Amino acid sequence: MSYVTKSPWVIHYDGSSCNGCDIEVLACLTPMYDVERFGIINTGNPKHADIFLVTGSVNEQNKTVVKQIYDQMPNPKVVVAIGICANNGGIFRECYNVMGGVDTVIPVDVYVPGCAARPEAIIDGVVKGLGVLAEKRAAMEAKATVEEITEKEEA
Amino acid sequence: MAKRTIIPFGPQHPVLPEPIHLDLVLEDEKVVDVIPSIGYVHRGLEKLVEKKEYTEMVYVIERICGICSFGHGWGASASIEGAMGVEIPERAQFLRTIWHELSRVHSHLLWLGLLADAFGFESLFMHCWRVREHVLDLFEKTTGGRVIFSVCKVGGVRKDIDAATLKEIVDTLNGLKPEIQKLADVFIEDASVKNRTQGVGVVTKEEAIELGAVGPVARGSGVYQDIRLAGIGVYDQLGFEPCIEEAGDCYARTVVRIREVFQAIELIEKAVELIPEGPIDVKVNGNVDGEFILRLEQPRGEAFYYAKGAGSKFLERMRVRTPTNQNIPTLVKMLQGCDLADVPVLALTIDPCISCTER
Repeated sequence: MSYVTKSPWVIHYDGSSCNGCDIEVLACLTPMYDVERFGIINTGNPKHADIFLVTGSVNEQNKTVVKQIYDQMPNPKVVVAIGICANNGGIFRECYNVMGGVDTVIPVDVYVPGCAARPEAIIDGVVKGLGVLAEKRAAMEAKATVEEITEKEEA
Repeated sequence: MAKRTIIPFGPQHPVLPEPIHLDLVLEDEKVVDVIPSIGYVHRGLEKLVEKKEYTEMVYVIERICGICSFGHGWGASASIEGAMGVEIPERAQFLRTIWHELSRVHSHLLWLGLLADAFGFESLFMHCWRVREHVLDLFEKTTGGRVIFSVCKVGGVRKDIDAATLKEIVDTLNGLKPEIQKLADVFIEDASVKNRTQGVGVVTKEEAIELGAVGPVARGSGVYQDIRLAGIGVYDQLGFEPCIEEAGDCYARTVVRIREVFQAIELIEKAVELIPEGPIDVKVNGNVDGEFILRLEQPRGEAFYYAKGAGSKFLERMRVRTPTNQNIPTLVKMLQGCDLADVPVLALTIDPCISCTER
């Protein structure tokens, strides 16, 4: 994990999940799996978060909530869809109030399948997300450098 | 009259992992009125009866909620069995009772942790969840899943537990007892915890009955009500008596749940002693015709199941009424007149399960 240059803070939102994945996300933070020892903290504030964990599918009522949380997060940010419902709707796919996976509303970087997703899988997903986060940060920095050079040249 | 302020609470908030929205109407620090609005988790899964066969429907209903998933699986399969007139073997009834009580232990430990988190006792939250992991290990060993089990089916159960594993369940739970007792002592005796729970959100016995409270909320107010006394399962053979507390505040509801954890362990122990040998399922053929109503005591209270067949592979209607749905009027009553700082503790005290409520 040499690319881990940051302990990410995560924010969790329950789309329309059955609670199963949510309690597994919480279980990751508690003594058995204990990701807090790496400085990964579950924050309630989107403005403090680097990684957005979404469980459950989206519907008409909560799509604005999911979008708002995503928009409030500072760049670079990573979205991890946890559980098969968040990936594509899962067992509830045919329900009338399910629009489908989270990627129908916001871009998703990492998909964690499972019903319910196991804590090991969730931690794996977050670690994958860290790689994506590092890539996005590098891309942002490169873009910033290019802009700086262009500004200097223009001046 | 002081100026009124409306504070929105949720749907994304740090108290619960689940979304619920409350509009809190405040006069200074006092909450004078609460307007709950739900619908963020609604999936409409009862409508799936038209697309999934009745044998598959059990697994859909089980996914109403990930915490009391075993109870939902049991309720769905037992109501379909009732509609078909199927009698399941005695051993299956015992196994279902054992798993159901095991999920009560895990659910109440989870709730105790969340309550500790709500009043800001982070290390207590961690310890409750540490103990709970041992119960989840038992589930994983016997069913294969940690939170969603899919072990109930129409006609019995899918997996048997052998005698050695049954003994291991009892030994593990008895080994956990001193640890749970240590946690319980903090909830029951610690002065700062008592300050946050005693005398907060009092619901009298009359109010609890009038508002239709169920489960630990009703029992914490002194209402003698538990569907395990009259419902399905083998509780009549286990000498079951409900845990009742009289005070009706958050403290009483906490004590009811702590006592139920120990009671569930005793019930499992007795069930393991009495479990008969025999088959674990019967073969179920044909279509569902007829209808059936069933009540089941979930960790959160009384749940109600209704199944109606239409003479085909598909049910005509499957209806579930869950305990949190019943307890929301009581929650609104509790919140009226409380301090703003007590809102998280009170919202948790009914053990809300939003995905159950909205389905």
